[in-house]
Amino acid sequence: MATPTLEKTGNAEAGFADTPYITATFRIRRFNPEVSDEAQWQDFQISIDPKERVLDALHKIKWELDGTLTFRRSCAHGICGSDAMRINGKNRLACKTLIKDINPEKPILVEAIKGLTVLKDLVVDMDPFFQAYRDVMPFLVTKGNEPTRERLQSPEDRERFDDTTKCILCAACTSSCPVFWNDGQYFGPAAIVNAHRFIFDSRDEGGEQRLEILNDRDGVWRCRTTFNCTDACPRGIEVTKAIQEVKRALITRRF
Amino acid sequence: MQIHKYDTVIVGAGGAGMRAAIESTKRSRTAVLTKLYPTRSHTGAAQGGMAAALANVEEDNWEWHTFDTIKGGDYLVDQDAAEILAKEAIDAVLDLEKMGLPFGRTPEGKIDQRRFGGHSRNHGEAPVRRACYSGDRTGHMILQTLYQNCVKEGVEFFNEFYVLDQLVVEVDGVKKSAGVVAYELATGEIHVFQAKSVIYASGGTGKFFKVTSNAHTLTGDGQAACYRRGLPLEDMEFFQFHPTGIWRMGILLTEGARGEGGILRNKDGERFMEKYAPVMKDLASRDVVSRSIYTEIREGRGCGPEGDHVYLDLTHLPPEQLDAKLPDITEFARTYLGIEPYTDPIPIQPTAHYAMGGIPTNVEGEVLADNTTVVPGLYAAGEVACVSVHGANRLGTNSLLDINVFGRRSGIAAAEYSAKNDFVELPENPAQLVQDQVERLRNSTGTERVHTLRTELQECMDANVMVFRTEQTIKTAVDKIAELRRRYLDVSIQDKGKRFNTDLLEAIELGNLLDLAEVMATSALARKESRGGHYREDYPNRDDVNFMRHTMAYREVADDGTESIRLDYKPVVTTRYQPMERKY
Repeated sequence: MATPTLEKTGNAEAGFADTPYITATFRIRRFNPEVSDEAQWQDFQISIDPKERVLDALHKIKWELDGTLTFRRSCAHGICGSDAMRINGKNRLACKTLIKDINPEKPILVEAIKGLTVLKDLVVDMDPFFQAYRDVMPFLVTKGNEPTRERLQSPEDRERFDDTTKCILCAACTSSCPVFWNDGQYFGPAAIVNAHRFIFDSRDEGGEQRLEILNDRDGVWRCRTTFNCTDACPRGIEVTKAIQEVKRALITRRF
Repeated sequence: MQIHKYDTVIVGAGGAGMRAAIESTKRSRTAVLTKLYPTRSHTGAAQGGMAAALANVEEDNWEWHTFDTIKGGDYLVDQDAAEILAKEAIDAVLDLEKMGLPFGRTPEGKIDQRRFGGHSRNHGEAPVRRACYSGDRTGHMILQTLYQNCVKEGVEFFNEFYVLDQLVVEVDGVKKSAGVVAYELATGEIHVFQAKSVIYASGGTGKFFKVTSNAHTLTGDGQAACYRRGLPLEDMEFFQFHPTGIWRMGILLTEGARGEGGILRNKDGERFMEKYAPVMKDLASRDVVSRSIYTEIREGRGCGPEGDHVYLDLTHLPPEQLDAKLPDITEFARTYLGIEPYTDPIPIQPTAHYAMGGIPTNVEGEVLADNTTVVPGLYAAGEVACVSVHGANRLGTNSLLDINVFGRRSGIAAAEYSAKNDFVELPENPAQLVQDQVERLRNSTGTERVHTLRTELQECMDANVMVFRTEQTIKTAVDKIAELRRRYLDVSIQDKGKRFNTDLLEAIELGNLLDLAEVMATSALARKESRGGHYREDYPNRDDVNFMRHTMAYREVADDGTESIRLDYKPVVTTRYQPMERKY
């Protein structure tokens, strides 16, 4: 297939003699069942500032070369969790990955995250992922009468579950997990992270129920501690550690 | 085409939409239509806090909060609404805590509070700690907590459904809402949702600017859908430019950074805000700080080779404090600028941030068809709406508050309306407008590209209707927007498919941005005064005699099909605070 290219324009005239622009090749895994049942790689060559994000490159391709290229995105700075994808074989957010950090001298490989059905190009079916999340009762469970003011919680107790409150449900962790790739029934790291967020919240009284759910055949015991999830998390959550803490809580029933 | 029937339909699943959904699902059969998955909404990008006079850490009360909100809005705030906002803030925060929101805590275990711009003790004496927060992730925590509670309540979501038309039917001379028309991204199918009540909670319209903190998806879809059906838009000329966006990128760096002690400095290292706001300094209201930054830049005291930015200096704050209180924004500086905020100041510039104007509503969230008449069954809350609690300039932390207070109110009001009223009969061919729009774009062989027009629009808006405006710059914008609207008729897309056609949706979103940009520029041209976020260099003073009133913009279509904007005005509701000169 011919490689569409985009010549850089404007910079020389604008007086950027030491223009930072480079030419980079993006090799993107394309799939559109309206066109073909087969996925295929397609190369796009663009001129871009390496300090820009992979998301900027995808936009440049979509807006200037091929409007059919399809991906999800929204906030563009790593908060909304829309644009998790495999970039050079590793799960990342396209908006949080700068081109200079992924060796633009070689073709940059971009494909959909694994383990979830690809619907078009980089868009996957997120429903199984959110179903697993909903299955772990991801909400505060309390008993008895509500206090009139706030529930008290010491800064130490608040700190205990801080790491897992950072989750943006981007699915980078779950779709990096080899167990999840082989068995979509496994809850996956993200659901366990969100269970952890409540199990270790001193205000919550639903821990026992949640632990029973995670004690299931498809629960935490499927984790093989490969640490892919921790590596993949764009929020820096220690995902594997959180899963280990849930496992320990299941054994000791202390949390 | 599919037809669905729900008691209540909510458009948008950010903070306001989900807060409304939690109430309305308990009371009526509710569907939430959202163009994104709920947790993708831009509420999640809010950082610094949510204001409420809890008085957990120092003396405070909601009356002071009311005053600050009105003063912050440069007296264009409807004072009855501001009072509700400040009074209900306390329960709004406590409700979120009870829903599970992990607020930062004081040593005694209470919700901790921090300082924020424009929030003061005793009517402007000194900054007060009023912002309840969770690190610099308050919006993220609110969005997650509300989604968690939607899961708990079994809220029914239609994800990746774009609402493209509001069905307005005239019954016995009264405009009523009959439902909405949506486009399903996954399949390209068009859905009609007949509903007794509809709540718009679809967010802002910041993407008509180039340097903006807004998400790519903030394209004013709700405002445009209502406006095209003859409903007014209020105070669209008032747009907030947040002082501290990352230089050139616009990514938000919270005002909480200054609340924690951060300082703005020019190229000489001078703390320039002392000159412009002797009492509140770096914590003056956002419009004041943004103008001060651009004044420094214009007078040659900007930083960098092109002198086009200033610094946000956090280097004097202990690294532990930055890690604990500002973890995300310090990471943004590292990720996107390669700068270590422990040791180096962060280059910033004002960034287009928040629409004070929008769909006019009363304090129950009911949408207005003119200055006084409500549209039965139609509601709006959050940034899409104009209550008006923000007036000419919103205070930081009042938007997270707004979505919770007025999201809840409109959710209750809409569900109660649904319980008492019948469906309004759908118009004939309810999906006609959307079908025509989609088919026209899909079949167009025109030569204009969406990206080109959008870029020209954004550059025009940044250059002409940003922090400083004059008659000449606004006229330039009006003319340019008119040209772009003409060229838009000749726009074509490359993706002709049905499945996940984001190419098509971007074209539709551009149409919305163009309509709203025109309203904003036209409203700005007519407002010959300076107030809050609207600063006219040719009219640098506030003019209470002629302009202490809300702008109401209506789309008019002549018999020959030509469109124009008719401007009208609505009085400001004043209760106990008489306008004063605004000093910080």
